[in-house]
Amino acid sequence: MSTAPSIEHDTSHGHHTEHYQGGIMRWLTTTNHKDIGTMYMTFALIMFFIGGAMILAVRAELFQPGLQLMQPEFFNQLIGVHALVMIFAALMPAATGFANWQIPLMIGAPDMALPRINNWGFWLLPPAATLLTLPFILALFGIGDGAVNTGWTLYAPLSVQGGMGVDFAIFSIHILGVSSILGSINIIVTIFNLRAPGMTMMKLPLFAWGWLITAFLLIATIPVLAGAVTMLLTDRHFGTSFFNAAGGGDPILFQHLFWFFGHPEVYILLLPIWGLIPHVLGTFSRKPIYGYKAQVYSFVAIGVLSVVVWAHHFFTAGMPVPALLYFMYSTMFISLPLAVLFFCWVATMWRGAMSFETPMLFAQGFIVLFGLAGLTGLVLADVAADAQYHHSYFVVAHFHYALFAGGIMGVMTGVYYWLPKWTGHMFSETLGKWHFWLTVISFNLTFMPQFFLGLAGMPRRIPDYALQFVEFNAISTVGAFILGFSQLIFAYNVWKCVKGGTRATDKVWEGAEGLEWDLSSPPPHHSWEVQPVIK
Amino acid sequence: METDLVGNDSPLVTRSNRTLVLKLLAIVAAAFAFGFALVPLYDVLCAATGFNGKTSQGKLGVGGIAGPAAAPSRVDATRIVTVEFTGTVMPGLPWEMRPLTASLDLHPGELHQARFLVHNSSDKAIVGQAVPSVSPGQAAQHFEKLDCFCFSQQTLAPGETRELPLTFIVKPEIDESIRTVTLSYAFFNVDGQK
Repeated sequence: MSTAPSIEHDTSHGHHTEHYQGGIMRWLTTTNHKDIGTMYMTFALIMFFIGGAMILAVRAELFQPGLQLMQPEFFNQLIGVHALVMIFAALMPAATGFANWQIPLMIGAPDMALPRINNWGFWLLPPAATLLTLPFILALFGIGDGAVNTGWTLYAPLSVQGGMGVDFAIFSIHILGVSSILGSINIIVTIFNLRAPGMTMMKLPLFAWGWLITAFLLIATIPVLAGAVTMLLTDRHFGTSFFNAAGGGDPILFQHLFWFFGHPEVYILLLPIWGLIPHVLGTFSRKPIYGYKAQVYSFVAIGVLSVVVWAHHFFTAGMPVPALLYFMYSTMFISLPLAVLFFCWVATMWRGAMSFETPMLFAQGFIVLFGLAGLTGLVLADVAADAQYHHSYFVVAHFHYALFAGGIMGVMTGVYYWLPKWTGHMFSETLGKWHFWLTVISFNLTFMPQFFLGLAGMPRRIPDYALQFVEFNAISTVGAFILGFSQLIFAYNVWKCVKGGTRATDKVWEGAEGLEWDLSSPPPHHSWEVQPVIK
Repeated sequence: METDLVGNDSPLVTRSNRTLVLKLLAIVAAAFAFGFALVPLYDVLCAATGFNGKTSQGKLGVGGIAGPAAAPSRVDATRIVTVEFTGTVMPGLPWEMRPLTASLDLHPGELHQARFLVHNSSDKAIVGQAVPSVSPGQAAQHFEKLDCFCFSQQTLAPGETRELPLTFIVKPEIDESIRTVTLSYAFFNVDGQK
């Protein structure tokens, strides 16, 4: 499959397509859920490496104190765009790629319910990613002062005063938001209307349940973010004063609007992962998933709670004590349904006939490391403790345990689990195991020291630091480079698997359960044209 | 419009798909509207709770710049509250500002005056607006300004230096746990603003 180069080609030279009628037009106009899923995953992988390269430059600068490689302005641009790229252009498209490939296969649907919207949903992404990163290129030619330099949170008043990179980011977020909303509507309609006869909601695979909650969270919160950045835009250019204190606005209002979206966003990224992990654990423990209903109710509970806890992201901005207490306790309350999920995951493996293929290793690594994210999150949720940890490297370490170990490693679990089904070939187990162990070790080498840096008082988003932080920063940078380059093993393994390899059986994994394993590997271009009947 | 996007010829398009898409789009529209509704909601919440240090006398003016308050009721001579003053000038305004009164120890309910010094260091006449903020936020609703230079815009001639007075009362209803209140002014350039 030569998809990666043609997608690359298309984003850079959109006008040359007539030469490639057979090749490129297929990908531009496709409405097939498998094609679109492949494009989402490929795009996510490319952006994962772009976002990763940005942060390696940052870690290189932080290897030693003082300024060696870059000026603080450029440093600020890199950290903000890194976050936006990883969240909106890598993790979210990867999750949508899974949804496209897997939801129709798993619920016995012939395709997504709204195939043309599906095509639009994907093709909005390359322009949005281009808008986000273009200011870097423009700055090389002396146009503008570089990309958005406010950090991904775009806090006012800094973002009201910032350069044109902020405008690029605003429009990029608008387009990414439209793409996410189209994708979410499509997934909800597919799950509600195209399930195989007999598949009741309580027989829906957990992966589809996780995505369903994510989709509802997206359509409820992305418009609020779109509204917030629109207000930012009018404050910047059209004389309004939503966030401008001189005109009667309030910068803190932006924080409320942003995190009303931003906190659910964490669960938007993680719910599809929580959905796919039980399938993997069940398969390699050769046992049915434990506590299906408990997990579904936990998904719903977390989805609902996620929209009422946002202010724990800015406890230090100033709030009345009752508000602080409310946001503290409601945040801590989320750990209850989350703990239910953890117990169900462990119980699924309990006394199972476990084997440790690459997807299982990633799933288990996910449980341990994401558990650390949860525990450190409880510490941050404590109002009294948060005053010390706020805006320190402790926070950086915490959310990378959540979003790299919880998010990216979750995505890799799913890729290794379903890749043989998608391609019809087995990947290299040896390379997969190398990838896993290098990732897990270097990940901890990168981020564990950052907990200690944060406790010792090193603030985040600063290109320079005091001398007592030297050793931990050096360790963290070495870890980050091993982590970054280890991912090339993953890319190579996926590429090899796409190109060829041992034929995968239809069932692929001995203990696999679910409709997708009844289809051939790879499944035919059009599958489930006759829907299966669930008893 | 849905038929266009979905494709009429697709066997997958059903009436229930269309109804569901319309309902979901309605949620999207409602969420977008909700984002904007949060703006006035937030101001109402701030006025009610003093969230954010917006000083308020029941009626909230633009940017928490409230009108003059009523006369004091009683003086609570049993305790002392320290009021500290700071002043800053925001970027884009070539002024300097500092409080002439650094801090005051007072009994809640007493009428007091504080003064600030501003200086226009540019060679142009410039209009500025001071925006107050009270910390801790819970104290804001008990901080009453009877007269304040922040009630109106200030025009400073080139090189002019001016003393700006503020008359205020810390109401006796202020919570007993609050012993220090900080009043901060930020001066903004309002030339060219509507």
